[in-house]
Amino acid sequence: MAEVNLREVVKDYGDLRVIHGVSCDIRDGEFLVIVGPSGCGKSTLLRMIAGLEQITGGEIAIGGRVVNELEPAARDIAMVFQNYALYPHMSVYDNMAYGLRIRGLPKAEIDTRVRRAAGILELGEELLRRKPRQLSGGQRQRVAMGRAIVRDPAVFLFDEPLSNLDAKLRVQMRLEIKKLQQNLGVTSIYVTHDQVEAMTLGHRLMVLNGGVVEQLGPPIALYERPATRFVAGFIGSPAMNFLTARIGADGTTVDLPGGDRLPLPDGDFAAHAGRPVTLGIRPEHLEPAAEGIGVAVAHLTVVVTEQLGADTLIHGHFGNDRSDLTVRLHGTVHAAAGDVLPLSVRPEHLHLFDPDSGRRLDPAA
Amino acid sequence: MVENRPWLTWLTHAVLVIGVLVVAFPIYVTFVASTHALFDLVQVPMPLWPGDKFVDNYLQALTAGLGEGSGTQAIGAARMLFNSLVMALGIAVGKIAISIIAAFAIVYFRFPFRMTAFWLIFITLMLPVEVRILPTYKVVADLGLLDTYAGLIVPLIASATATFMFRQVFLAIPDELTEAARIDGAGPMRFFFDIVLPLSRTNIAALFVILFIYGWNQYLWPLIITTDQSMLTIIIAIQRMLAVGDDQAEWQIVMATAMLAMLPPVVVVVTMQRLFVKGLTGTEK
Repeated sequence: MAEVNLREVVKDYGDLRVIHGVSCDIRDGEFLVIVGPSGCGKSTLLRMIAGLEQITGGEIAIGGRVVNELEPAARDIAMVFQNYALYPHMSVYDNMAYGLRIRGLPKAEIDTRVRRAAGILELGEELLRRKPRQLSGGQRQRVAMGRAIVRDPAVFLFDEPLSNLDAKLRVQMRLEIKKLQQNLGVTSIYVTHDQVEAMTLGHRLMVLNGGVVEQLGPPIALYERPATRFVAGFIGSPAMNFLTARIGADGTTVDLPGGDRLPLPDGDFAAHAGRPVTLGIRPEHLEPAAEGIGVAVAHLTVVVTEQLGADTLIHGHFGNDRSDLTVRLHGTVHAAAGDVLPLSVRPEHLHLFDPDSGRRLDPAA
Repeated sequence: MVENRPWLTWLTHAVLVIGVLVVAFPIYVTFVASTHALFDLVQVPMPLWPGDKFVDNYLQALTAGLGEGSGTQAIGAARMLFNSLVMALGIAVGKIAISIIAAFAIVYFRFPFRMTAFWLIFITLMLPVEVRILPTYKVVADLGLLDTYAGLIVPLIASATATFMFRQVFLAIPDELTEAARIDGAGPMRFFFDIVLPLSRTNIAALFVILFIYGWNQYLWPLIITTDQSMLTIIIAIQRMLAVGDDQAEWQIVMATAMLAMLPPVVVVVTMQRLFVKGLTGTEK
């Protein structure tokens, strides 16, 4: 168990910089999830921590020891790969024992460790003798985790471990990984592009985009106060709606193209008066205006309705420029294409972003 | 198949049977010829059913196939079969051992002129043995390797084809497996023996079959560098048995030797058939 420190970590491929100075202190026992779209550098960053990629600049320390020049085996880490990377010609038992044999542990010790890990993961005795190809996807995933557990490492690294599983199994394994990490208390770094995994697993999330950290913080903080338009759009499903708007001349309202005015949340927006903004509203924060708890936003023209049972998603056009807008309503709501739906939203659920930099606009302190 | 017409089934089977007959008939004739006395063989038409001299002919072929010539002792096919076996095994094992480490170096290590080395190996594919046979002979002669097993084996032991094939096999091993081994702490040679070698098992088997037959059937090279009767390979022995000038060749013995020469490759193919097919189709990974 150890903390992991990244200091201005940089990675170049030739002239191309893919990681632009990432810094982060991961506490002992913390579960950090690195999330971002494909190609954002999240896997590269993880592989640099693992020692599978050279570090161009900056410093990575595990347990206070700088590991930049250390071989992966010497870094006291264990990694779970996307394709499990089990040795196809070895039995499950040998797959888990291989690393320990190389380290030269006594046979009895290896056996104890493998059986303990198999017990934790509920891998039966009969399964230990099988070859990886005789296992189901979920079982392979367990073996891959078992191989990580037996090493008793300071840090677990997960590289999109659930992306090859079907949806149902993914939910189940997600829960198991979370329980496992809680029980073992091992510092873990988990890379995924799936924001649900990210939200449910991590103590903290690092949202990476184009090799730059967009935001780092607890999942709920990212959901409630996204620092950039990118984070706002990435976290949450369905994605946040973005509307082109302008802050009213008196700094207390935000004016929509259709002429609607929404009151801004409490705070002093006078400094921003009159400037164009990107207004973000989450689909789940829009409610039918009839309930009268918020302020009428506008009238949405329904295009498509999706009934999910517990929720209803309504996609429609809104305002003069016919921006697309998605609404998530609780329960079953019937709306036909062409219907007009009055909607409301609470001021505290409005997010304002600078249209150029994408950064969040906050009231002056 | 989708179609199901009885006459098509008949036709396809007929073609198959004819094909098998065309291939198998000469071998059958060889076998029949090896079981008759020479006198019966030279009749027209020659007999088409096995005769009663099977044991006699094969015994003679094995012990004294090459009769006493001018200043040479009679020598049997047993010795030649052994020579061929040594040569074929030497070539097959040697080629596999050399090319698998060459391919391992080229795929898994970054060193200067790595690709140059690979292409140098690769272009030798385009040079058949015959092109370099004179300089090779000179080298082998100067090293005093004429009429030795080393002389038979070493000049044929490098293989661009096998190197290339192993390279492709290694490239198909997922990178994640390499990385998992690195994280497990396996050094390069450990990785080679624990992961790469077992994963190439079927390919090694397939290549062994091909190379064994290649080595067994070598003709030109052994013909050139062996003069001593006791170093002849079985293929050359057959050729020698036929070079009798005006005498009558002892066809029944030649045919018996030919049958004997055919056996080891057949044994290798039959025993390794399952691995051979797996290795060629690559279903293991």
